[in-house]
Amino acid sequence: MENPYVPFLMKIEEIITETEDEKIKTFVLSFAREEDKERFAYIPGQFAEISVFGKGEAPFGMASTPTVPERLEFSVSKIGVVTGALHNMEKGDTVGVRGPLGNGYCLEAFRGRNLLLVGGGFGFSTLRSLTNYILHERNRKTFGDLTVVYGARRPGLLLYRRDLEAWGQRTDLRLHLTVDQKEEGDEWQGRVGLVPNVIRSLAPGPGNTVAVVCGPPAMMRFTLPVLRDLGFGDENILLSLEKRMKCGIGKCGRCNVGSKYVCSDGPVFSQAELARL
Amino acid sequence: MIREEVRILRKERLEAFLRDLLRDYRVFAPVRKGELLLLDRIDSATDVALVDGKTKNSAKEALFPQRERIFAYRAEEGKVEVQVAPRTEEKQILFGVRPCDARGLLLLDAVFGGDCPDPYYVDKRAGTLVFGMACVNPSPSCFCLSMGGGPCSADGSDLLLVDLGDRYAVEAASVRGRAFLQEGPFENAGVEELAQAEEIGKEAASSMDPASIGEALEKRLERPVDDLLWAGLTESCLGCGVCTYLCPTCHCFDICDEAASTTGERIRIWDSCQFPLFTREASGYDPRPSGKERFRQRIMHKFSYLPKGRNMTGCVGCGRCVTECPVNLDIREVLKKISQAEAR
Repeated sequence: MENPYVPFLMKIEEIITETEDEKIKTFVLSFAREEDKERFAYIPGQFAEISVFGKGEAPFGMASTPTVPERLEFSVSKIGVVTGALHNMEKGDTVGVRGPLGNGYCLEAFRGRNLLLVGGGFGFSTLRSLTNYILHERNRKTFGDLTVVYGARRPGLLLYRRDLEAWGQRTDLRLHLTVDQKEEGDEWQGRVGLVPNVIRSLAPGPGNTVAVVCGPPAMMRFTLPVLRDLGFGDENILLSLEKRMKCGIGKCGRCNVGSKYVCSDGPVFSQAELARL
Repeated sequence: MIREEVRILRKERLEAFLRDLLRDYRVFAPVRKGELLLLDRIDSATDVALVDGKTKNSAKEALFPQRERIFAYRAEEGKVEVQVAPRTEEKQILFGVRPCDARGLLLLDAVFGGDCPDPYYVDKRAGTLVFGMACVNPSPSCFCLSMGGGPCSADGSDLLLVDLGDRYAVEAASVRGRAFLQEGPFENAGVEELAQAEEIGKEAASSMDPASIGEALEKRLERPVDDLLWAGLTESCLGCGVCTYLCPTCHCFDICDEAASTTGERIRIWDSCQFPLFTREASGYDPRPSGKERFRQRIMHKFSYLPKGRNMTGCVGCGRCVTECPVNLDIREVLKKISQAEAR
């Protein structure tokens, strides 16, 4: 039996500053031991606990895609003790990674269906993982239409610029970027408006479609009624929840939503499941 | 009691029996420490204090210590080495544990075992034998009967001892317990001794309030309880968390690092849903921002979530939270009020 509390050791290969305020960085990690790569078989929507030894652990969704298993990526917003320490680390440093944890997206249930991915802010990392997974040449044909709606507060806070540009060139993905506000001097030519309003104006049809939502609580709260108005049933609306977590395996008792644990029963729940709690 | 399952241990042979146990096992038993009666590891058979009442701490400490090392590490110049202690099965006996505490271990077994077993708990548990001690004189704060247990319940014990005055009737309650009874200082039980043990069990139970709390409450909690009621119930709660620390079933924990310059330990320590930092996120957002939500979590976890998720109640009726609460918040009263409250 493996010890679920002991992390894999990973080396920081690259650190990418994502946002103009430098508060969000993406850490590209490689496994210190080759065999750990197989043991860390994950799917989009799952998460891991990252250790900074001496500071502790904090949970992050995988931002990379399992189709490139040797390159594990996490986007980290500098906000607390562990994330602050991570932001001070350098290329070549060692961190611990414990996981994969949580249920992740049920990819089997997505096959053959259209997907509407709705992301906001920092929560977009999980949807980036899912998008890149779907876009992989081996996978793309097994899914239907792919629509991605992604919003940030300001243009300079949009994550994964390199991916967004590449996706924009593609014909097998409809990408809608939006910002809450545009300031004087911004070169932003795209949409301005809150994510729920953008969804309402785009009015995607609910036929054979799953809506996958991940973002700040307020965005999720206001997106939900819009999706319902558009005819999405609660079982076809998936939400990724976020809570303070420690063990990640349903034991330490802190991340309840009703009788479920976000860490081990989630973090992905359908709205139908949540309504029953 | 079935005669084949019960044997007799004379009290004058107890000390020698404990000495024998100490040769092969780590033994935890009730001991006097100053004014406190505590369940603690003993070095000598004469340390044991088998008196009325229960230990201040619950039996969970022997399997789920308040502070426990997960691993040690050394971190130098960007390189990290993690040292995990090899897994060993420690042989230990929890002697003289009250039936409520023994029953509490069954809930911990469900939480720490299951699909993703916790190695630190299950390794200790696998080598642990529980020798329960029936309660002849339940205290006024005890309510095990209302929670599906009883003063002479053998749930969670491998052996259950019933005090018959100058001897104990020792009942086998598990396969391992039965095997244990075959050897050692035990004698066959006579018909009168069995009858006496039965009688003691009945008398102890008859001194307690027989009203069941669990089932009606679980049903009631399926419907929302008015926020105002929660607020009223918890007005006096200080959020000190003593109820959760002493509870035989509370198992919430935190994981953190204790670091020196280049070396350190990752530890797990008890935590409490009653503490403000328990769910507060780094952003400052807290889904349970006040004592009301935190108290509600404690009640819901014990009496709704655990019954739903694990088919077990998170309360064994030991009454420690009743006797130790600094503001005399009595969980029995709280549960009664909730059960009687109208649905919103």
